[in-house]
Amino acid sequence: MAVALILVLLVIASVAFHLLSPWWWTPIASNWQYIDNTTSITFWITGVVFVAVVCFVAYCLLRYRHRPGSRAAYEPENRRLEMWLAGGTALGVAAMLTPGLVVWKQFITVPRDASEIEVVGQQWQWSFRLPGADGRLGRADTRAVSADNPLGVIKTDPASLDDVVINGGDLHLPVGKPVRVLLRSIDVLHDFFVPEFRAKMDMIPGSVTYFWFTPTRTGTFEILCAELCGVGHPQMRGTVVVEDEDAYRTWLQQQPTFAQMMASGEQVQPAN
Amino acid sequence: MVDIRAGAGDMINPAEVEDVELYHPHSWWTKYVFSQDAKVIAIQYASTAIAIGVVAMVLSWLMRLQLGFPGSFSFIDPEHYYQFITMHGMIMVIYLLTALFLGGFGNYLIPLMVGARDMVFPYANMLSYWLYLLAVLVLVAGFFAPGGPTGAGWTLYPPQVLLSGTPGGRDWGIILMLSSLILFIVGFTMGGLNYVVTVLQGRTRGMTLMRMPLTVWGIFTATVMALLAFPALFVACVMLLFDRLLGTSFFMPAIVEMGEQLKPGGGSPILFQHLFWFFGHPEVYIVALPAFGIVSDLISTHARKNIFGYRMMVWAILIIGALSFVVWAHHMYVSGMNPNFGFFFATTTLIIAVPTAIKVYNWILTLWRGDIHLTLPMLFALAFIVTFVNGGLTGLFLGNVVVDVPLSDTMFVVAHFHMVMGVAPLLVIFGAIHHWYPKVTGRMLDETIGKIHFWVTFLGTYAIFFPMHYLGLVGVPRRYYELGETVFIPPSVHTLNEFITVAALIVGAAQVLFLFSLVWSLFRGRPAGGNPWRATTLEWQTPQTPPAHGNWGRDLPIVYRWPYDYSVPGAPEDFIPQNQPSLEPPMHGAVA
Amino acid sequence: MIAILVFMAVLAVIISWWAAQQRLTSKPWLETGHIGDLPPRQGSPVAAAKVGLGIFLAVVGALFALLISAYLTRMEGADWWAIPIPRLLWVNTAVLAGGSLALQRAKTEVRRGHIEATRLFLLMGLTAGVLFLGGQIVAWRQLVAAGYVVADNPSNSFFYMITGLHGLHILGGLAALGRTTSRAFSGVRRERLSLSVDLCAVYWHFMLAVWLVLFALLTGWANQFAGLCRALIT
Repeated sequence: MAVALILVLLVIASVAFHLLSPWWWTPIASNWQYIDNTTSITFWITGVVFVAVVCFVAYCLLRYRHRPGSRAAYEPENRRLEMWLAGGTALGVAAMLTPGLVVWKQFITVPRDASEIEVVGQQWQWSFRLPGADGRLGRADTRAVSADNPLGVIKTDPASLDDVVINGGDLHLPVGKPVRVLLRSIDVLHDFFVPEFRAKMDMIPGSVTYFWFTPTRTGTFEILCAELCGVGHPQMRGTVVVEDEDAYRTWLQQQPTFAQMMASGEQVQPAN
Repeated sequence: MVDIRAGAGDMINPAEVEDVELYHPHSWWTKYVFSQDAKVIAIQYASTAIAIGVVAMVLSWLMRLQLGFPGSFSFIDPEHYYQFITMHGMIMVIYLLTALFLGGFGNYLIPLMVGARDMVFPYANMLSYWLYLLAVLVLVAGFFAPGGPTGAGWTLYPPQVLLSGTPGGRDWGIILMLSSLILFIVGFTMGGLNYVVTVLQGRTRGMTLMRMPLTVWGIFTATVMALLAFPALFVACVMLLFDRLLGTSFFMPAIVEMGEQLKPGGGSPILFQHLFWFFGHPEVYIVALPAFGIVSDLISTHARKNIFGYRMMVWAILIIGALSFVVWAHHMYVSGMNPNFGFFFATTTLIIAVPTAIKVYNWILTLWRGDIHLTLPMLFALAFIVTFVNGGLTGLFLGNVVVDVPLSDTMFVVAHFHMVMGVAPLLVIFGAIHHWYPKVTGRMLDETIGKIHFWVTFLGTYAIFFPMHYLGLVGVPRRYYELGETVFIPPSVHTLNEFITVAALIVGAAQVLFLFSLVWSLFRGRPAGGNPWRATTLEWQTPQTPPAHGNWGRDLPIVYRWPYDYSVPGAPEDFIPQNQPSLEPPMHGAVA
Repeated sequence: MIAILVFMAVLAVIISWWAAQQRLTSKPWLETGHIGDLPPRQGSPVAAAKVGLGIFLAVVGALFALLISAYLTRMEGADWWAIPIPRLLWVNTAVLAGGSLALQRAKTEVRRGHIEATRLFLLMGLTAGVLFLGGQIVAWRQLVAAGYVVADNPSNSFFYMITGLHGLHILGGLAALGRTTSRAFSGVRRERLSLSVDLCAVYWHFMLAVWLVLFALLTGWANQFAGLCRALIT
């Protein structure tokens, strides 16, 4: 009796916690509302299953608790019941998987009009590179990293010269424009994570990874590293500022290009 | 209805049953230390696993102290913190859970449950334990080595694992960890061959595969999986060791470490992840399947009812075992691997939910119309159902590739795997210990302490890990020494962390109580008799309790029925042992 | 990871074939046994040691399949260039094959009860194994002398690691073979000796087969096959 009651209380407490919890998604700031929707569907389906299973167990405890003279039934199997349950489960699984895969397809298909930016991770800071006026990012390689070229941009590539290099400063993005984020690391695995954007991806030293998103509201957002990268991992923070087109252009014009950085021969402090 | 043929007096001349030569120890050393008796080896495995598990538990207290009350304890600095989480994780997954379920429960229960006198390769079995102990010692040596143990996370991802930004990376820590794992794998292979071949070739007459208890099916399948999955970890460890000691670049790409270009480079960090998770995913089922098997037998015995859908249960175990080898990259959805892999692995991962769900339905359908005795094994089994369903369901979030993107590497993942792999199997272990302690020692475990331990552990672990999911939803990352100041995380998160820490410490205290009870009951526990739970499986039908060397006395048992003849209509008792030919028990004492 | 998945698929077929014979669809609650229905023993008539060896070989096979998977993956890296294989390796291969032949003869001789012949062929197998290992070490030294050290490029690293792990398994096999040979000389029962020789021969043949596959991979013969597979997958 007490055990059954405690189980029911546990279910009620869990559901209540879920509904009343102050700890919930950070308000979304990107186009990936679909991820939240799929997660909500999953919450509903799994929530119903959890409540049903535990309440069923509680009911069994109440009804079939041992009493003097009671005897269990003898029922080795019930093929039909098992088939129905398996079928129902498969349906529930499909109900979660289908929207999930549809959204995943969108996630890996970058829109043609997306601009490109590059995020470079290193122990333990974030740097960024934007294509300059030519709209193309020049090539880069870890082997080219040096004291005056901290992002390893290839000097001989003409497309690099007008790239905007932000070494350790804030990233700005224009609101409403899709952007493909190219990710690079010059030492270990890192992960560029802004919870409000929902999308994220690891960067692997030696390759270039990507994800894409469209910022949907202005604001200042925190970047967290989401792949253990050594003892400085929790301190590897950055800032993304999403602003409207004019403010963005103003900011962009103030940033040094790679050519300017090389000419001055020393690390330029970014003007925010 | 069911057709049962009551064979009247169908006994067999025991001398007709095939028997084997058994090794007999001659000295104190070969009887208690270098023993080849699987029961002694089982106790050795279990004791070592529990001891090292206690170390890992203490490490978790230290971790939680830092997370709940950041900066309060000056000796928990970032280096130590990362060393604690690494050792905690590695110990719990491999040195405690795998060793305890397979080496501990497997060694004790398999020969007894299949009616054998011992494992088929006793010498190799003995060696396997000593290799395991050596592996544990090498692992622990990391705490005393210069630079301390590795702090790379239990997943040991390169390149950070070998760099100076990670504790133990350029020092002894990682060398000792990798060496320990290699030793463990070699030792485990010797034990694993025993468990598998004993089930295949060592069963007594009448013990067909479909008359084996689900405990044996679970441990057997897990062992087969382990034999095939551990080589992947072995290869990954050898290659990482080469990278560390010989300067090769299997996994090390071009790197600028703190301003310095390292050579040679060109290696693939993702190759390590593929190898590691090809092992790592089957590993979680290697831990889960024995728990599934055991809990089936606990529920069945203590509800006096056959396990519902035995055939489906067997097939589900086999299908889960097979499928577990093709889901591994769901740990790598945001690793930067080929994005098209996401479709395949999300599909296989969610498919594996179906046989798992069937097992849950069958457990609860066993309770339906049962005769439920709320003994401690039953209580732990019920708690397993609740926590496993919770943890398994959150796996559906993480398995669905796009839902995983914002949740991966957050506290949601930590909450999920602790609930499904830490809490749930651990509850089964406690229930199993309560269930089989009387067979191993002849005494019952203290019930009062048992009940306190149960309620604190069950409700306490739920209170720790259920709310933790919501921290992940907020976006709190995992493996953070401290959260510090953030733009978007509310201060109430710190309050929740404090609450979780306090709950963890209380649960920890309850475990100390349990350990005390294990020893106390050895001397003061109520004498149990041979079959206190009135169970059907063979281990309860031994002539002596605890079973003597050779288990069965002069004659091996003969099996006439499946292990779930509880509450059979028409039978005078509510259970019929597997080695009893007729519905009525024989007139005089034990069956031959 | 394709190589290991193919290996696992093959194992899955073998396991499914075995499982299909185990009556896993029977309803055990309906089959309470009369003693007359029970077979005299459970499990296959094959000795436990043979079953154990078979499973162990599956484990070893998985290990080498994983090494091959890793090798093929790493081969795609930009810094890969193939290294020349010392000619000595051809000789070593022949020696290993000779050892297999010797042990196979030993197997047939012990069955016929010709203990002298058994001893001779066991010794030949043992010698072949030792010569093989020695030859591998000499080949290593030749490579090092020619400047191909282990850390230079991944191809070197794989070469040393793969041949090293194979060599360790040969060493383990030599330990078992040594024990069997000493038993042949000290006069143990024929059935027991026959089982030991059997197991050694099977193990040896398996390690030869593994070596041939690895050899094909390292000499580059397998590259076209691997390239074909890769093209089929992507």
